[in-house]
Amino acid sequence: MKVLDRRKMILVNGVLLVLLALSVVGCALLGPIRLDLSQAFQNIFAPNPDAEIFFRARLPRVLLGVAIGGGMAACGVVLQALLGNPLACPQMLGVSGGASLGGILGLIFLPNWLLPIAGGLLGEISWVPLAAFLGALLSMMLVYRFSLFHGRLHPYHLLLSGVIFNSFIAAIIMFLNSIVDFYQAQGLLFWLMGSLSTRAYLTVAFIWAYVIFGFLWLWAKGLSLNLITLGEEAAMQLGVETGALQRQVFVASSLMIGAMVSVSGMIGFIGLMVPHAMRLIIGSDHRLLLPASFLAGGIFLCWADTLARTLLAPAELPVGIITAFFGGPFFLFLLYREGRRKLTL
Amino acid sequence: MTAAIQTRDLSFAYKDRPVLHAISLSVESGEMVGVLGPNGSGKTTLLKILSAVLRGQGEVKLNEKTIGSYGRRELSRLFAVVQQEVRVNFPYTAAEVVLMGRASYHSAFALEGKKDLEVARASMDLTDSLSFSNRYLHELSGGEKQRVMIARALAQEPKILLLDEPSAFLDLKHQVQVFELLRRLNRERGLTVVAALHDLNLAALFFPRLIILRDGKIYRDGSPKEVLTEKTIEDVYGIRVRVEQDPVSEKPQLFICPCV
Repeated sequence: MKVLDRRKMILVNGVLLVLLALSVVGCALLGPIRLDLSQAFQNIFAPNPDAEIFFRARLPRVLLGVAIGGGMAACGVVLQALLGNPLACPQMLGVSGGASLGGILGLIFLPNWLLPIAGGLLGEISWVPLAAFLGALLSMMLVYRFSLFHGRLHPYHLLLSGVIFNSFIAAIIMFLNSIVDFYQAQGLLFWLMGSLSTRAYLTVAFIWAYVIFGFLWLWAKGLSLNLITLGEEAAMQLGVETGALQRQVFVASSLMIGAMVSVSGMIGFIGLMVPHAMRLIIGSDHRLLLPASFLAGGIFLCWADTLARTLLAPAELPVGIITAFFGGPFFLFLLYREGRRKLTL
Repeated sequence: MTAAIQTRDLSFAYKDRPVLHAISLSVESGEMVGVLGPNGSGKTTLLKILSAVLRGQGEVKLNEKTIGSYGRRELSRLFAVVQQEVRVNFPYTAAEVVLMGRASYHSAFALEGKKDLEVARASMDLTDSLSFSNRYLHELSGGEKQRVMIARALAQEPKILLLDEPSAFLDLKHQVQVFELLRRLNRERGLTVVAALHDLNLAALFFPRLIILRDGKIYRDGSPKEVLTEKTIEDVYGIRVRVEQDPVSEKPQLFICPCV
């Protein structure tokens, strides 16, 4: 009888953690200007251009990519489990769309509202993540409610209403985009396409805080998530308070998605691709699948973003283009394979 | 003897469609009860209320305590349910599914311990499913899947086992095996068994007490001999049958008259 044991937990997470650490250092070394590792770590406190580029220009961006890649993958895992649908992901369900709309409304109407951290000593943080969180939560609840008939969730309706909701939101966003002035519009568009460009460690720390908090909350629900994949009734009969579980997962993942979308716009397909790939490799037990997907998502976005900023250097591609380029075909492949395997969709 | 399950004036309606009317029944601890009735007579709904998935109007008591006073974790150690349909959306192995039955015995943060693995292995052994424990659930045949689900229910170490048509997808051999297993668990471990059943002949052979539902009401409640009469079957199912006593088991068996 092969089941998840401590050895497998440590082995899988350990290997991924090492790969992640290597990726972080590796990606921060890559770029239009070649950096040398030993050079970058020499005399960190003396004027040192290599260290400057490594720690100031690239590392925050790489770390942000890890948080967002990991967060998106973790959200994908839990949404797929909760909705009993292997094809669910933040984008498919209209959640990223809702978060984007919330974020855009925040950007347009409250651009100067800033929340001072430690009385302004540590700088100021924008309200946009909060607006995006509300947008994510509202849209998730709306799409969920529209797929619920007689207390039962209909996966078919869920996917359809999610997709339709996303296009509806996209229309509103495009409308908003055409009524604001030119400079604002360009800013919005770049934000929407998804980018990780940042220099500020404060922003990075802020996003990490959101993501880690949400992730730990979700990880604590790993066992219940295993049970709910057998269906709501079966989960109840195995001791899960399913209503409470659904609410907590919705809030935790909306919090993460809102925070992530607020800095990076919509970076799609990670939440779909990474969980699937990990399920194929390590199985479906969420107590392992969640941390492993988080780490793998971090690794994936780390490299995708490096590709985005080096492919046409010094010009920069939105990273959403890279992830969608790999994600679209992968999604079609999955759809085709699920169809042939006749798993219930 | 204490009543494992007791309901008084239990009613239930989906929106404006009434399903159960004033069901009052009592199942003693250690009893083995088959619930019969045509499709839509309320069997499944009754089981769902007893396992706290649905809430009806009226009183439901488990071990002399009202069902509302139990938490779900506590309930899942008292009750195990084998559902009619098995849904699997994700690739889990049979062993992983059986271990899910142990969820309410260990902390949400811990992995399954030695005891959990032992219980799971013993349950799979009992249901003859150990040989495919490492295969994925969605690759198994309907019968194999059903045995895994029964193993999962046993892994909960319940006092009461509820089954919704446990033999629906099984071939004759596995049907008989499942019923023999239920009878053994009932006799050797004192497990209380309540099962919704379709096969009246098998029900008569294995279940000492039968309850037959019609339109959400208890129509008859008693031994197979009392319940399975030609008149009752015609009243409830609307078909004419001949009932004769099997000389070996001395249980009533039905013969269908195709003339009607």
